[in-house]
Amino acid sequence: MMTQAIATEKLTLSYGDTIIINEMDLRIPRGEITVFIGGNGSGKSTLLRSIARLLKPRSGSVLLDGEEISRLSTKEIARKMAILPQAPLAPEGLTVLQLVKQGRFPYQSWLKQWSEQDEEKVMGALKATGIDGLQDRPVDSLSGGQRQRVWIAMTLAQDTDIILLDEPTTYLDMTHQIEILDLLFELNEKEGRTILMVLHDLNLACRYAHNVVAIKDQRIYDQGKPEHVVNSQLVKNVFGMDCDVAVDPLFGTPLCIPYGKGRIIKKGVTAHAY
Amino acid sequence: MKKYQGIRILNGKVSFLVDKHALRVLVGLIIGAAILFLASAGMGEMNISPLTVLKVFFGGGSEMDRLVVQSFRLPRIIVALMVGMALAVAGGLLQGMVRNPLASPDILGMTGGAAVAVVGFLAMFSDENNALTVSIKWMPAAAFIGAAVIALLVYSLAWKDGVSPVRLVLIGIGISTLMQALTTLMMILGPIYRASQANIWITGTVHGSTWNNVAIIVPVTLLLMAMAFMMARTVNIQELGDDIATGAGSMVQHQRFLLLAISTGLVGCSVAFAGGIGFVGLMAPHMARRLVGSAFGALLPVSALIGGILVMLADLIGRTVFSPLEVPAGVFTASIGAPYFIYLLYKTRNA
Repeated sequence: MMTQAIATEKLTLSYGDTIIINEMDLRIPRGEITVFIGGNGSGKSTLLRSIARLLKPRSGSVLLDGEEISRLSTKEIARKMAILPQAPLAPEGLTVLQLVKQGRFPYQSWLKQWSEQDEEKVMGALKATGIDGLQDRPVDSLSGGQRQRVWIAMTLAQDTDIILLDEPTTYLDMTHQIEILDLLFELNEKEGRTILMVLHDLNLACRYAHNVVAIKDQRIYDQGKPEHVVNSQLVKNVFGMDCDVAVDPLFGTPLCIPYGKGRIIKKGVTAHAY
Repeated sequence: MKKYQGIRILNGKVSFLVDKHALRVLVGLIIGAAILFLASAGMGEMNISPLTVLKVFFGGGSEMDRLVVQSFRLPRIIVALMVGMALAVAGGLLQGMVRNPLASPDILGMTGGAAVAVVGFLAMFSDENNALTVSIKWMPAAAFIGAAVIALLVYSLAWKDGVSPVRLVLIGIGISTLMQALTTLMMILGPIYRASQANIWITGTVHGSTWNNVAIIVPVTLLLMAMAFMMARTVNIQELGDDIATGAGSMVQHQRFLLLAISTGLVGCSVAFAGGIGFVGLMAPHMARRLVGSAFGALLPVSALIGGILVMLADLIGRTVFSPLEVPAGVFTASIGAPYFIYLLYKTRNA
């Protein structure tokens, strides 16, 4: 088996005549959590969408397990890779089970809509995301954190080795952000699934990702383990922000502390770790 | 008690997850529709008991009973049932596809296109004495073509790297308005006698339905509905948005075209025989959603029955309450539909 789950070759993406990503060669390692980081408008979401075949490249190609996705049928891709877009909306009154069940779409046909395997995978997904008690509740009656779990359960029911997520923690409060990221981390740890996502929060990216890809000016600025690549120079160049990068006192991962204004109650405690 | 029951037969070649509550609702509606069907066949200027109606169905009853039930009432009741089902299923498909509960065949311009075709047909094929130069039997064909042409036009105008639901609705509304203007213009320019004839048709009526109509509308509607039910799964996934549908392996544009074609066929067929019966396509799927939720496997058949019941009821009221005057069924669907529509907007004002 190839070591990379996803690769791009000279991938160029554009909206109209505006180039978003320029001739990018990217490698996403298998069985790890990879996070795209970059400023607003850097094209990280666009890149994720293109990998998920939701956006056609202007030129170049995306390879899934070494095969060009433009040569695979959309159903074949759906059995290997699931995508959770940003802030999806559930139809009014749809129950949790009815939604999660739709993750089985690529395995079903009009006569075969609830096979034993479907049932097993859907129940497994509900359990893994801790929402098995909510199956009959309408999705729109749940809290934001629960709702995101339902969507993640749907992508899990799709039973793919690769899961893409576009900012899965947007609109969630801190507790639920951690809850969702813990859940994804566990899925990677226990089942070895390859997870590729876009995250806004650099510190959370450093905590959960094995591998970060920093995107700037239509290309990869740097890629690698957060503790190797995230430093004040990178933050300055990628986000255009001055900061100190300290060590997270609990996890030992890089912790970005921006300069700027604010109340100072204790002077002279800056730590230059990375 | 569990809400769902998995069903697997033929060694797992066929399997479904059945919503028990939806199944009960469905059975209830089938019984309701059957009772209404019987009652409607018995009621009118001459009242016939349901028992006699049943006898007539099986070849009994007096000659008079048979004449009234078989020749006058049955064709229009069957057409009413089919039209209601067709419009409701088309509306349900469109609402799911467009992801907007306000979508309906009227909004996408299909009904408008059919109306222009009919008025145009009446104007074009009339001679100086206001007599039609071709058989009136061609009017349904004109309506069907009108609906299909406009649906195709709206679809191609909305195309830009695929069809997005919002563009589809906006262009549909634009074309609909244009069609209304054209209809009015042609009615004013044409002879007054034609205008009133066209007007009744535009309002929608099943008056004057014949067994010949039944022979066309029943197979076409049932076939298209069966196709719609088979595609329930793809409507479900489309309702989650294009990105998720694509991600789950649905060929979104391909399926969307098919679904639009099916709903155009259903609407075209129903306007062809009953004119522009309004609001059923909007109302029935909504009522169904209240009863069984948003999953289309249950939603489509339940909408179909509700639609059939609505139009049969509207026709029954139209030909009994104001007897001997006959009020077109479209007047009643609109007079229930419009307040229901307002109630719907009123209810969701806080959402």
